[in-house]
Amino acid sequence: MSADLTVHAEENAIAAGEVLISVSGLKKHYNGGAVKALDGVDAEIRKGEVVVIVGPSGSGKSTFLRSLNLLERPTEGTILFEGKDITSHKNDINLLRQKMGMVFQHFNLFPHLTVLDNMTLGPKKLLKMSKEDAEAKARQLLETVALADRADAYPSQLSGGQKQRIAIVRALCMSPDVMLFDEPTSALDPEMVGEVLDVMKSLAKEGMTMVVVTHEMGFAKEVGDRVIFMESGVIVEEGTPEEIFGAPKSERLQTFLAKVL
Amino acid sequence: MTAVPLAIPGWLQSLADQFYLNFIKDDRYMYLVRGLKITLEVTVLALILGVVLGVIIAIIRSTHDKTIEETKPGFGRFILKFLNAIAKIYLTVIRGTPVVVQLMIIYFVIFASSNNKVMVASIAFGINSGAYVAEIIRSGIMSIDQGQFEAGRSLGFNYFQTMIYIIIPQAFKNVLPALGNEFIVLIKETSVSGYVGLQELTKAGDIIRSRTYTAFMPLIAVALIYLVIVMIFSKLVSILERRLRNSER
Ligand SMILES: Nc1ncnc2c1ncn2[C@@H]1O[C@H](COP(=O)(O)OP(=O)(O)OP(=O)(O)O)[C@@H](O)[C@H]1O
Ligand SMILES: [Mg+2]
Repeated sequence: MSADLTVHAEENAIAAGEVLISVSGLKKHYNGGAVKALDGVDAEIRKGEVVVIVGPSGSGKSTFLRSLNLLERPTEGTILFEGKDITSHKNDINLLRQKMGMVFQHFNLFPHLTVLDNMTLGPKKLLKMSKEDAEAKARQLLETVALADRADAYPSQLSGGQKQRIAIVRALCMSPDVMLFDEPTSALDPEMVGEVLDVMKSLAKEGMTMVVVTHEMGFAKEVGDRVIFMESGVIVEEGTPEEIFGAPKSERLQTFLAKVL
Repeated sequence: MTAVPLAIPGWLQSLADQFYLNFIKDDRYMYLVRGLKITLEVTVLALILGVVLGVIIAIIRSTHDKTIEETKPGFGRFILKFLNAIAKIYLTVIRGTPVVVQLMIIYFVIFASSNNKVMVASIAFGINSGAYVAEIIRSGIMSIDQGQFEAGRSLGFNYFQTMIYIIIPQAFKNVLPALGNEFIVLIKETSVSGYVGLQELTKAGDIIRSRTYTAFMPLIAVALIYLVIVMIFSKLVSILERRLRNSER
């Protein structure tokens, strides 16, 4: 799986290490403020970074991740992506989303389309790529996840691990600048977790910017550049994997780690 | 030994006579042929109009139901609420009144000056069918997992592109049996078009009856023709359904 997973169409203006996503004062309230899924989150995602978000169930991890591409509209706060405020109506969120790939817990492949059509729909309709170019690119990406022979299969014919690998390359077909993962391995049988994590690891190695919500602490340690620990809608602690797992400062993080490790 | 003449039984003879009288004499079967053609024309045109209307109404209704809570106050929200209100009125009125009455209102009131009965009937049945198709398709849209919407949106498709490329094709497949049923209802409902003087299949049978003063043959013939069409169509739908299902496995 060493072949190039990412096919960058153009050289991006933002260099590695510079801020790609900047979140400030992010709040998401439900039921008129009764539920505070996010209660003031500030964070930065830098280009080329792999940021892993951990925390107990209901801490707001998914809400945070889904706010980054505006699947959830924040109650308050700003999110700058490549310098543009995504919550502003002046910026076309559909264009910005093209540059933010997302991978879901339940894959969300389009069941009425073949693997190849799942992958080429976006490039053809949104990037106006020709059928030939889109398919060539899709096949090349399928090669990298060892699923070239399943191009004409329908999602229902695939295993969970295969579905998630397809979901990842479907997002990559759009040549995104960042990939968002919401518990990509949580719905998988244990024996299939590895194959998906492997794909994510090689993606990270190639320098893809990634924000990953996961319960896989092994992945966080091995691949994460930075780990964010959330609880009750706020970031309680963040740091390198060594800091978070080796020397947790807050009591809440210590309690959490005692449970999951 | 006396030769027994090969006699045709009396009842068979009278059946043959009736058949001759009702269908062959004066080419009366042509009433049925022309009537069937009109019935099919009206049904197909109405179905097309009904599906187009139904999809539009279904998209308006489900867009409203899915997004109105998150839509910021403003022009867009106003338009959506307005369209949804219109759609609701349409559904209530159409589903709350008999199709014959709708047909007569459209023919005698709205299109009073038109002579094109096929067109008027097609419009009337299309508008009527649209209301039922809308609710069928809406239930199909609502039954699609929210994750499909999110996957579409996360790729960068806007709301309507997501609907057209991702949601509607799946919804359509799910509701195909119900849509097939709607076609069957529709073709039978067109039999009331005689009220506005359209000579479709039922009316054709009735014309023959009034010419020959025999009711049995022409009306049974009409019933059989409907039955055969409905059976053929049901078969086609189930074949199509199986095809669609297989394409995913
Ligand atoms: N649509 C909603 N309406 C009301 N409350 C919601 C809604 N969506 C999320 N919440 C609440 O917001 C909080 C944060 O939810 P979120 O899904 O972000 O947690 P999470 O950290 O991803 O949890 P998990 O690990 O279980 O996926 C939870 O308390 C949840 O119940
Ligand atoms: Mg979650």
